[in-house]
This record gives sequence, structure tokens and C-alpha cells, in this order.
Amino acid sequence: MLNANPISRRRLISGSAALAAATALPMPAWATGSNLAGARKGFGTLQGEDIGLTIARSHFVAGERSGHAITVNGSIPGPMIRLREGQTVRLHVSNELDEDSSIHWHGLLVPFQFDGVPGVSFPGIRPGETFTYEIPIRQSGTYWWHSHSGLQEQLGHYGPLIVDPADGYESQYEREYVLLLSDFTPLHPHDVMRKLKVSEGYFNYNKLTATSGDMPLSERIRWGGMRMDPRDISDVTGATYTFLVNGHAPQDGLEFLFQPGERVRLRIINGSAMTFFNFRIPGVPLTVIQADGQDVRDVAVDELQIGVAETYDLVVEPGAGAHTIVAEAMDRSGMGLATLTSTAGARGAVPPLREPVTLTMADMGMAGMNMDGAEGGAMSHDAHAAMDHGSGSGAMDHSMRDMSKLPEDAQGAGVDMVSPMPMDRMDFQGLGLDKVPHRVLRYTDLVSKRPNPVRPPERSLQIHLTGNMERYMWSFDGKKFSAVTDDPIRFGFDERVRVKLVNDTMMAHPIHLHGHFFELVNGADATHQPKKHTMIVQPGGTATFDLTANEPGDWAFHCHLLYHMHAGMMQVVTVRPFPEGDA
Amino acid sequence: MCALLLASIALAAPAAAQDHDAHAGHAMPSASEEQAEPVDATHAEHGSMDHSTMDHGSMEREPEEMDHSAMDHSGMDHAADAPLDASGPPPRAFEGPEHAADAIYGTEAMAPSREALARENGEFTGGTIMLERLEARLRNGEDLYLWDAQGWYGGDIDKLWFKSEGEGAFGGDVENAEVQALWSHAIGPWFDLQAGARYDFEPDSRGHAVLGLQGLAPYMFEVDAAAFLADTGDVTARIEAEYDQRITQRLILQPRAEVNLSAQDVAARHLGSGVTSIEAGVRLRYEIAREFAPYIGVGYEAKLGETADIARADGEDPDSFSLLVGLRAWF
Repeated sequence: MLNANPISRRRLISGSAALAAATALPMPAWATGSNLAGARKGFGTLQGEDIGLTIARSHFVAGERSGHAITVNGSIPGPMIRLREGQTVRLHVSNELDEDSSIHWHGLLVPFQFDGVPGVSFPGIRPGETFTYEIPIRQSGTYWWHSHSGLQEQLGHYGPLIVDPADGYESQYEREYVLLLSDFTPLHPHDVMRKLKVSEGYFNYNKLTATSGDMPLSERIRWGGMRMDPRDISDVTGATYTFLVNGHAPQDGLEFLFQPGERVRLRIINGSAMTFFNFRIPGVPLTVIQADGQDVRDVAVDELQIGVAETYDLVVEPGAGAHTIVAEAMDRSGMGLATLTSTAGARGAVPPLREPVTLTMADMGMAGMNMDGAEGGAMSHDAHAAMDHGSGSGAMDHSMRDMSKLPEDAQGAGVDMVSPMPMDRMDFQGLGLDKVPHRVLRYTDLVSKRPNPVRPPERSLQIHLTGNMERYMWSFDGKKFSAVTDDPIRFGFDERVRVKLVNDTMMAHPIHLHGHFFELVNGADATHQPKKHTMIVQPGGTATFDLTANEPGDWAFHCHLLYHMHAGMMQVVTVRPFPEGDA
Repeated sequence: MCALLLASIALAAPAAAQDHDAHAGHAMPSASEEQAEPVDATHAEHGSMDHSTMDHGSMEREPEEMDHSAMDHSGMDHAADAPLDASGPPPRAFEGPEHAADAIYGTEAMAPSREALARENGEFTGGTIMLERLEARLRNGEDLYLWDAQGWYGGDIDKLWFKSEGEGAFGGDVENAEVQALWSHAIGPWFDLQAGARYDFEPDSRGHAVLGLQGLAPYMFEVDAAAFLADTGDVTARIEAEYDQRITQRLILQPRAEVNLSAQDVAARHLGSGVTSIEAGVRLRYEIAREFAPYIGVGYEAKLGETADIARADGEDPDSFSLLVGLRAWF
């Protein structure tokens, strides 16, 4: 059992439960280089004008699983970097690996050369080198940082980053905790990638079988005809992942203490490589106050799905007793657990994993078609009646994969589906949460707390999210990043563009644009559209954001599912003109 | 049970296909039309519809009689009241050096990391070796062993593919043994075109040119079909198909069928022209790990047509049943 010390709003000192318990030191003596005892769990706090971070090889134990790891300053997650709006911070990052490394400050507005993406923003940090990022902090909120080199992020190279507002907080809470959710595998990430490429569905043990799943045979045959798996929710699952809360496996018994009557702010960060989490504290309503570090009007929910790389700040007012914090993997293959309790050592009930999620025809981009078993069903019956029901066989394939909707130079082998009738799914609660009997956050619930100074968009841009499950290929517009390295997505400086993402796959993709916040086109009035840095595009659906491209430079734009990015679901966005020479 | 399953799939397939044809016939908006696409459906009797995902560009064109009160407008895409220009970025978006970071760190420093990034994000190269069937075939008379392995190395589109299969009697000689080396090129999302060479060690040394297709057919059938042109000029072909029916997450029933054909009589191989033989089997495997699955099964082999006549003339049984015990494994 571990106690998490509260982080006082006034005294922003180090306070990781794990750290205190594991080392019994008030402040860690940051080990430089590999820690033979393995990575510590949890994180300390670093603040100030100059912050030193050291990346090193290590070993990590999570529950019954253990394997290679990369730590920053000796722990997983790495230290929480706590900054204040208006300060300038110099982050000195030393690489003690035998390969290049990097740190990307996820959600932070930075000069492009300090964004931390090797090959886009800077050359990377070579083994034995120290690179200094110098960043004027011009925002506040909950963010995180992680490696942008290879698959290092999977190995533990990530941590929280909190910026306190220059003018302090409105008095909304008495105590706060940071919860960084992540996934750990004992496999080497390159081995994970190879298994995904070689054997479709390798990690999925929630498939439909002859003895499980309530899908009727006719529907199963329909899915088979499309060569698609309706239980393909997550590529990498609890079959290899142990889900972590602040580096702690469920059996570690991580707990967060509070006094009855206190309002507790929870800063939830999804720092996982591949896992969407369904976050809930049964019996405790969650009031969402920030999304991706940006203030939103209070929304009371009972559960929310947090995509990879998203953050949500919640305020809860739990009653006396022990409440279980549940971070259930979206595919229901496992969960991260912790306890929010007013009595040290007390435990609440742990709810069982819910039934596996089965995709519907809406997830296949048929939301607009009136098919049996489909959701939505916005197609007119007249139109249906007018359709030619007698056309030849093989047309099904064509309608599910009309390549004329993609650019001509799309690589056909990498596209197994083109959504025939994708609809905006901003109001979707997330796979598996649309039918639960309580309130679930939807993007359409998010309203910016303060008006944003925005203009109407000047032009539109449409980008297709494409993939092939069988070959495990992922791309934008049917073109892997390796095919478009010299053909970036271009914006004029200060241009206002409406970007519509069309998901031609049946997976949910968390799409992240570096260096900017965009506003979700979610039904809120134009000045109150919520600002985000990462947006989930639901399977077979569309999602739209407005972007004011006012951060000059080259920026990465990618799916934040690590292995999707690694397979090619990435592009460079360039905002021009940018200053030459020193920026 | 397996036969039943196959039959039901075969019967249901046309029905399912027809069902979908219907929708294919319905005009879908193409990418270029989407921005200004009006809702072409008539919205009568749609009070219960979920309009939350509607594209709003076309709201004003909807008929008046629509029952807006029942609609959930919360999720509407309040996008363009008028269609937006989708013609691409303005000229200033093309100004300046090719890569922003080159201006800070220099092209020399940036170029290698740029190449590495491209390699890392989309240029996967890897491979696998798979023992599809390593089995004992127990039957009246002599018991046989059989291997059927393949492997590949390469990227998403082009791969070097290798295959080998053969069989022999326990305690006897290898009766058949072949290896193939193929270049495999993705010609679509599910199928690879494969071309290369095959060499038979047994029953006699012989080279072949190979042209084939391998991939995943609709309804999840794994298919491998190839034609072989022997150095003697003889043309033969082989078609294999298999299907994985999961009983549980780890227990999998796999029906498998193979058909061999010959374009002409091949006296040296005791083949008549036409369908020379078929093989059908059902294997029940248990995946201890995805990579390691022992199985049991039953198999039926039959020589057909002239080939069967030749076998009978040689005093052989043209068909046989076997009990199969084997291992499926990959690395």
C-alpha cells in the first residue's frame, strides 16, 4: 500500500506517493545513468528556470510483468515538470542511451525548433549529448512530455507537465492529484510492431467465437465478407499490457488521500502508447473543468473516455470512504486501478471488467446508411426504395472502398476501406460507452469557458485517415509518411482553416497537431468552441476542427497511437512564412 | 459441424452480397462534393432520427415539415453556412526554405534525422518464418510425415517469400519435397502477386517457374493459388484455401482444402490431365501462444480422373483417410 501525498496548491513541492514509499527520501537524489535496482515508480516534481532531465536505460517491474525500460531521472513516469505561466524555462536533457533520443512537450506552445521531434524540429539528441530547450511559457494547464524518437515512449519515456496560471487559480478545489495513465509491456516495442505486422489480431483475445458474442450469423457473415473483425477495438491489449496509474500496476494499491468535504482536482493524463481508457470513479460524479489544459465550462459526468495523449482536469467531491478509481482499457482487456480514500488503507469495491465491445456498421462509415444493426440511420426511406437492388455482385466491395474519394496517388494496398457515408460523430461517447446507463462525456459537451478571439474560416481542408488492418498499414490520405516527407500539409501564417478529418478505418484515432491548439467544430458557438491539441476521430466518422495557423515553422501531425504513427500515420504541417535564421 | 458451417456460409453469401449491392447502388457523395452536398433524402416521417451527426451545410435546404423538436442538435456540425474554398493553401504557404529546422540547425545536421524519421514512420522491414503444418499422417498401411512452411522478409508492399513443403513415410524416403523462392508484391489491400521459382528435390529434380496469388479472400478465407511451368514444359497448378473458425479464443477449428490440376498428362509424375487430386482436412488447434499451437485433425486425400486410373493401374489406393497430429508454429 502506498500513500500519495497531496500536492498543495500553495506549496508546490515534490510529492509522489510511490517515490516517498520506495525511497523514503523527501527529494530524490536523481540517479544519473541506469539504476541497477530498476526504475522507480511514480514521479517527483521539478520546477524553476533550469531543469535537468537524464534519459537512461533501466528495467521495470509492473505486477507480474517485467522488462526493459527507459527512465527519465530514474523513474517511470519521469518527473513532473511544474512551471508557471510567464516564466522562461531551460530544460537540459541528457541522453545516456546508446541511441538518439528526444523530448516533445505535448501541448506546450513552443518555438518550433524546441518542439522535440527529431527530423522535423531538431536533429535529435545523440548518445552522451545534452540538449537545452529554452521555452517562454505562455499558457497554463495540464500537459505531458514524452520521447518522439522511435518507440521509446512505450518503454516509459514520459511524464507530466503542469503549468500554473500567472494569476493563480479560482478557488474550486482544496487538493489536487496528477494521474498519468499508461501501458507497460514486457515485450520490446519493436517486437510488438513485428507481431502486429505479421499476425493480424495477435493481441486480441476478445474476438467473436462460435461460443461467445451475441452477433447473429448473418451479421458475422457480413463482417467476414468485408474481411473485417467487429471485435477489433484495440491493437495492443491487456494480453501484453499492464495498465499503470502513475507507474503503479493495479496490485500496487496506489491510493490518494482526501479529507471528507474536500473538493479534489484530478489532472488525468493519458500517457499510454496505444490505450484509450474509460475513466470513472463509481459513485463519484466527475466535473470536467479542463480539456487538454484549456478551461471549459463545467460538465458533470459519471464517466469519460480519454484518448491517447488527451488530458482532462476533473473536480470531484467524494464522500467519506474509499472510492475505486477505474481506468478501464477501451477494449475491456484490463484496467488501471487506484483508490481515492479518506481513510488510509481502506479499499472500495473493484468493478469487474465489462463485456467486450463489438463494432457496429456505424463504425464502418455507414452511419448514413439504413442497414440492419447500424446506428444512425439518417437515410431516407424514399431514397432506399429508389435504389437498384439488383445490381451485380462485387458492388459491395466497391462501395466500401471507393478509392476515387482519396487522392490519386494513394497507395491502394494500404487502404482496406473508404467510409461510404461518414457522418460527424462529435456526439459519440466512445466505443463501448454509448449504451452505458450513466452520463458519459461527449465532445459536444465541451464549451470553452472564455471566448476565443476567432475569425470565420477562410478555406477548408479534408484529410482522410486510412489503413489496412490485415497488413497493419496506417496513413493519411492513403500515403504513409515515408511517401510524403517532402510534401507537407501547408498553411499560410495566420490563416484560418476548417479541417475535416474523415476516418476511413474502423478504429478510433487520436490525432495530434503539434505546436497549436485548434478548436473543435462541435456545435458550440464559434467563439466558444473548445480548444484542443489532440482530437479523437471516431471509427467510420468525421471530426472537424478550426485552426488558426499562427505558429510558424514545421510541426508534426500524427495519430498518437504509437504503432499507427510508426506504421506511417504521420505528416509534417508547415506554417509559413517563418523567420529564417534565429527564431 | 464444420461442413455445416461451410454450407451455411456458402448459402448465405449471395444473400449478404445482394443486401449490400442495394446500398452500393445508392449514390454516395464523393470527396469533392462533400462540402456543398445537400441532403438529398426526403425527411418525411423522421421524427425519431438522430440528426446529431448531420452535416449542417445543408440545413437550410431541408423541408419545412421536418420535426425539429425531436432532433438532437447538440452534435451538429455547424460548419460552413456557405461552402468554403477547398482549393488549397495560399502562395505564402510555399515561401521560405524547404525545411524550417534547417534554418536553425543547418541542413547537414537535419538531413540524417529527417531520413531516419521517414524510415521509422512507414518503412517497416521485417519478416517471419511459419510452420503452417508439421504433422504426422496416420493411416492404414504406412504413416507419413508432412511439412508445409513459409516465410517472408520485406516491407508492406514488396517481400521476398519462401515456401517449402514435402512428405515422406516414417522410416522411409522423402517422397515429395519442394522449395519456392518468390517475389511477393501487394496488388491490393488483401492480395499479393507472387512470382519466382520452384525446385523439386523429390520425386525427381525439376525446376518450375511460378506465378501465383496469395491473400485473404472475402469471408476470411486464406487463399494461395499458383501455376507452375516445369522445365519440361508441363503446366500444373495448385489452389489452397483455409478458414479459421474460433471455438474459443484459443481453440480454433481450421477446415482446409487443396486442389491440384494439370494441363496435360505428366507420365513421370503419374498425372493425368485435369484435376489430379484433392485434399480436404479439418484441424483443431489449441493456441498455447499465438506462435505455438499443437493440433489434431482428420484428412482425406483422393486422386481423381485419369490420375486415379493411373494409381489404380499401379496397384495403389487412389484415396485415403488420415488421422493428423501436428504443430503450427511461427517465429
